[in-house]
Amino acid sequence: MSSTYIYVTYIRATRERVWDALTNPEFMKQYWFGMTQECEWKPGAPWTMKFSDGRVADAGEVLEIDPPNRLVLKWRNEFRPELKAEGYSRCVYELDEDGDVTRLTITHSIERDRARFIEAVSGGWPRVLSSLKTLLETGASLPRSHNAPHT
Amino acid sequence: MDDDAVFRALADASRRRLLDRLHRKNGQTLGELCEGLDMTRQAVAKHLAILEEANLVSWRRQGREKLHFINPVPINEIAERWISKFERPRLTALSELKKRLEGKGDG
Repeated sequence: MSSTYIYVTYIRATRERVWDALTNPEFMKQYWFGMTQECEWKPGAPWTMKFSDGRVADAGEVLEIDPPNRLVLKWRNEFRPELKAEGYSRCVYELDEDGDVTRLTITHSIERDRARFIEAVSGGWPRVLSSLKTLLETGASLPRSHNAPHT
Repeated sequence: MDDDAVFRALADASRRRLLDRLHRKNGQTLGELCEGLDMTRQAVAKHLAILEEANLVSWRRQGREKLHFINPVPINEIAERWISKFERPRLTALSELKKRLEGKGDG
């Protein structure tokens, strides 16, 4: 058994702009509530997500990358031992253009039944995606409400 | 997406119940979703189509099975629209208190 969540959002922007938003570090910081991501965006490249104070939150690597269509990351929590112990998850970003709208689908799964990691990120993804959508459509990100998405 | 479609989809107790079931256990087939419900398979399929139309449910194929997943993103968008950064922690505290007093867990 595995645990999977699928998040879908429709954004009024081209696929290229959405792709840029997913891979440009400065842009990402704006809708990830201050968290930063470092990666060279090529197959096998290491990927890390850090809190604004520099601590590593999550880490992994690029499994597949096909701009501006598909990105697959190997992803593990690094700061909560009980979540880290669950091992690597797989996060798939898929972008489909439909007229002037891009459908962004994020499938986050782990090969483990009722994984706590997938539960933990399930509160964060909707907020990150709403923030991304608002930023791309209006130029302003959502206010940094309280904590980072999955602390 | 279209807010009207989201509100219309949510304005039905049977559809909210289907979302509750997916929230409890994500990635179910139509057959699983029908279990123990007082609705025909056709009725459940029709409700699921309305939820998919509103982007509240997504699905993917796994082998021969079609698995349904709750998509919480449109609900979050509605919430973000009216809940400010200052209100959220207070509202979370209030909803926790209500749950405790009413003796309800989530799901």
